Amino acid sequence: MTGKTNAGAPRTLYDKIFDAHVVDRQEDGTCILYIDRHLVHEVTSPQAFEGLRMAGRKVRRPDQTIAVPDHNVPTTADRVDGIENPEGRIQVAELDKNAREFGLNYYPMNDIRQGIVHIVGPEQGWTLPGMTVVCGDSHTATHGAFGALAHGIGTSEVEHVLATQTLIQKKSKNMKVEITGKLRPGVTAKDITLAVIGKTGTAGGTGYVIEYCGEAIRDLSMEGRMTVCNMAIEGGARAGLIAPDEKTFDYCKGRPHAPKGAAWEAAVSWWKTLFSDEGAHWDKIVTIRGEDIAPVVTWGTSPEDVLPITGTVPAPEDFEGGKVEAARRSLDYMGLKPGTPLNEVRIDAVFIGSCTNGRIEDLRAAAGILKGKHLAPGVRGMVVPGSGLVRLQAEEEGLDKIFTDAGFEWRLAGCSMCLGMNPDQLAPGERCAATSNRNFEGRMGRGGRTHLMSPVMAAAAGIAGHLTDVRELLAETV
Amino acid sequence: MDKFTTLTGIAAPMPLVNIDTDMIIPKQFLKTIHRSGLGKNLFDEMRFNPDGTEVPDFVLNQPAWRDSQIIVAGDNFGCGSSREHAPWALLDFGIRCVISTSFADIFYNNCFKNGILPIVMPPEVVEVLMEDARKGANARMTVDLENLTVTTSDGQSFPFELDPFRRHCLLNGLDDIGLTMEKAPSIDAYETQMAQSRPWV
Repeated sequence: MTGKTNAGAPRTLYDKIFDAHVVDRQEDGTCILYIDRHLVHEVTSPQAFEGLRMAGRKVRRPDQTIAVPDHNVPTTADRVDGIENPEGRIQVAELDKNAREFGLNYYPMNDIRQGIVHIVGPEQGWTLPGMTVVCGDSHTATHGAFGALAHGIGTSEVEHVLATQTLIQKKSKNMKVEITGKLRPGVTAKDITLAVIGKTGTAGGTGYVIEYCGEAIRDLSMEGRMTVCNMAIEGGARAGLIAPDEKTFDYCKGRPHAPKGAAWEAAVSWWKTLFSDEGAHWDKIVTIRGEDIAPVVTWGTSPEDVLPITGTVPAPEDFEGGKVEAARRSLDYMGLKPGTPLNEVRIDAVFIGSCTNGRIEDLRAAAGILKGKHLAPGVRGMVVPGSGLVRLQAEEEGLDKIFTDAGFEWRLAGCSMCLGMNPDQLAPGERCAATSNRNFEGRMGRGGRTHLMSPVMAAAAGIAGHLTDVRELLAETV
Repeated sequence: MDKFTTLTGIAAPMPLVNIDTDMIIPKQFLKTIHRSGLGKNLFDEMRFNPDGTEVPDFVLNQPAWRDSQIIVAGDNFGCGSSREHAPWALLDFGIRCVISTSFADIFYNNCFKNGILPIVMPPEVVEVLMEDARKGANARMTVDLENLTVTTSDGQSFPFELDPFRRHCLLNGLDDIGLTMEKAPSIDAYETQMAQSRPWV
């Protein structure tokens, strides 16, 4: 397949965005694709800037390049005094130097607008429908919520985009994931995205770009849609996206870097053409009924290890092929016995934050569960807003008070525990109810055990001291 | 980037599925601002105990596989993050080729930028190659990119497919950026047209 669509033939949303960005197409379908927004953080960019310098190249479009440190930054107030870890400090200093030298749009560590790159982009209006957005970070998929084609790239490709504002790409296949009907109470965007991965597996999306659609997706807020698209990569897809609608336009309108006036009107009229045509070709279709999705948690060390909270820890023999050994290894790492009801698994820590669930609605949802309650004895909790502006907003609403009254630490913005590149880490054997996106071995700290779930489920687990069904808490409060 | 033409070497069997980039190179080693030197930390948490001593059972610690240049792996190798530190660590250790039934998309792309050849083979072939890899240092596997074949130590040969452009770049050690730079007039033209059609970008 050459990825070339016949003129006039029905196209998917992905086809339309791809076609609109083709700079050059070879006969074998290899394309040079124009990149509208390039987001840069400190971990995957230093070698790319070094490469530019060594070749005597410049950043082609500094005006379309946005830099923000997030992975290494401490989330404690003393970070104004600098980063203690020498290597982390050097990486952030390198980004600072590169951003200033090449004239990038830059949000330094102590700027109130700093935060996780995937939260800052949409918040500042850099991410807009129909754009191509890349970053040296796999969770770039987040921006697909706007009907943008957004995906992670490696450092060599970061250098390629810096130098040429393009990427060499071949068209992926089209996959439709439809979530029909309504969600039940206590079920959130996080449960949708985990349930999809549970169904398709972590390699189910390999070679595809996913478009999420259906009533349950349309009903989600923009923030919920970002949560869904964020984890498209965990399902193996190159990108996940959702067709823009009035909610998308309302979200973008008035943001610092969104178009204004006549440019806004022109943009919206193009954005309204961004949907999959009737009769467009899908290489794969997955349909899930919204009402069949329960609040879910992960039990293992792969995001596909998903079960409803009402389930029990599986046994290796429940699986086939290479997954048998992987499950055995996971259970050993996680310290879990087959047959244990998931809602009896005790936890030591709760982490609320990350590019998956670190936005204001996530904090509101968790605070709604925690109000007037307290973490169970022996459980530590950390809330890390996704950006400085999310933090400010939460404080204006008094959410910080709810969290601290409940025994949580209220932190500054950053990636924090989601990947332990900064001081926020789990100790070996420590078990955490986390709103982040990866439960890999060692991800949150060597030996740390991660159970992925939604903000309300994490909050409920914190109160109970073990994984628990948030619907029981909701029933009590009604 | 080094060219890749043919490679004859020891293959390490790693049948585990979903070997993720956090396993290949854990996050604490991403703090470097260089590309080199990561080989000593390849598979760090599987390869070394917390006190720094080797985990004797781990395949790359066993005498027969310490000098592996090829890995035969379980499904979905390289899933997870976009960190190019994963192929950098593999390359620095001496791995030039990984064979599996499937690879995660970003990892797969990253390999080609570093002269590493990821080969997708059907499950039944991976099984045969896995068995061959288990023979260790007495068995050498041969990967021939020119002819697109993998040959076991006992002479069984299996064809594989690869995108012609990627093959061309790998065979010749070509730098993507240089190639794209030659298309600068097309990029200029695109930007001129974009200023009209999508001025808000």
